[in-house]
Amino acid sequence: MTTSFLSQYGDEIATLTLEHLWLTGAAMLSASLLAIPAGIWLTRSPGWAKPVIGVTNVLQTIPSLAMFGFLLPLPWLGERAARIAIVALAAYALLPILRNTYAGIRGIDPTLIEVARAIGLTDAQRLLKIELPLAASFIFAGLRTATVTCIGIATIAAAVGAGGLGELIFRGVASVDNRLVLAGAIPAALLALAADGALGLLERRFKISDSQGSTR
Amino acid sequence: MSAALEFQNISFEIGQGRLLLDDVSLALEEGTVTAVLGRSGSGKTTLLRTANRMIEPTRGHVFVSGLSIDSVSVVELRRKTGYVIQETGLFPHFNVERNIGLVLEAEGKPREVRLRRSNELLELVGLDPATFSQRFPHQLSGGQRQRVGLARALAAEPKILLMDEPFGALDPLTRAEMQDMLRSLLKRVQTTVLLVTHDLDEALYLADRVVLLGDGRVIANLPRDQFFRSEQPEIIAYARAFHRGESANVKDGAA
Repeated sequence: MTTSFLSQYGDEIATLTLEHLWLTGAAMLSASLLAIPAGIWLTRSPGWAKPVIGVTNVLQTIPSLAMFGFLLPLPWLGERAARIAIVALAAYALLPILRNTYAGIRGIDPTLIEVARAIGLTDAQRLLKIELPLAASFIFAGLRTATVTCIGIATIAAAVGAGGLGELIFRGVASVDNRLVLAGAIPAALLALAADGALGLLERRFKISDSQGSTR
Repeated sequence: MSAALEFQNISFEIGQGRLLLDDVSLALEEGTVTAVLGRSGSGKTTLLRTANRMIEPTRGHVFVSGLSIDSVSVVELRRKTGYVIQETGLFPHFNVERNIGLVLEAEGKPREVRLRRSNELLELVGLDPATFSQRFPHQLSGGQRQRVGLARALAAEPKILLMDEPFGALDPLTRAEMQDMLRSLLKRVQTTVLLVTHDLDEALYLADRVVLLGDGRVIANLPRDQFFRSEQPEIIAYARAFHRGESANVKDGAA
């Protein structure tokens, strides 16, 4: 029975998994490109930290179905369901990335920042050689949280016709077919695990050393 | 000839007209060690930090070899000014070699130059390069860390070396060892040193000239021998207070 189910739906599961991956990948990329620089900027102008993080916090509290609904009537965005999905998912990804980038850099021992300035590193050198490497595990933790959240929420994007594994879940719910629900839910869960693992590996490569010792 | 480092009428105001430094003038001759002595809150660290523009004084100017330090870029000034602090501030994600070579790296010097310099400096501060060069800060003792910090400060052959309570966090035995090491090192390195300390014995042991700072003003500025023998009441009061504090520490330690 399982084999016949897989032979019937296998291709569709694969296509929808790829679609799911594309939606979350595009959302994560745009969210990172926005939130990491914004987080760095906030460490330079900490007065803005509260309002900016507050706004991303509010975004986070909007129920996902409502978020997709809000975006539907907007021009350009509303034309393609995938656009709505990517923007909505990116909005959810902003907070963890932004907050962790900001907190990661602000949490660095102030003596180290002071020394970095005092020995004559330029602002860019201080950021690239000292601050980002020392905050890397924080920033990656934010990226991982955001990715897992995104993969989960992306299943709901099917409600506005954006595709992805939610398609199978919604169809399974409508036709009271648990096999279809699982055919959507299991790959989504595996995807989340795989993405989390991949980011973990990337984090290890990104770290310049193994010295995450006592000094932090 | 102009002094290697000169503070001219430096004042530093911290709001409501309170002065942390009040019209301090001080000249350091080239190749000498000057200790600035004082209690906490006397303004000694603030004075030191005006020399590499970590603090901009409210009034007054600092000159290096007769040139105002405002005439060069702040990055360049800091690269040419060694800086050693009590907390060391070694970067935990860099090994010893990279910590020492960081200023040279920032200047774009190639790796083999940095490696050679780092090994040279490790020898100079009494650490075996083969053993220590690849270690990370958390694998070092407090004294070793302070030696690496000193090596890093000397990497770009600075004309001026600023030391802010460099041995303040070390136990008395290690501190004495470090003072010996620094004294012999300074004979070999041509640099002008500004040493900020509250430790009278350290000042007398290491410095050619001792400056006593109190409430942001220069109370005494004398060659070591004269400072040692001085009958000036403020100096005697400081010496008494210091030694009383020291013996209290010893008693605490024994108890």
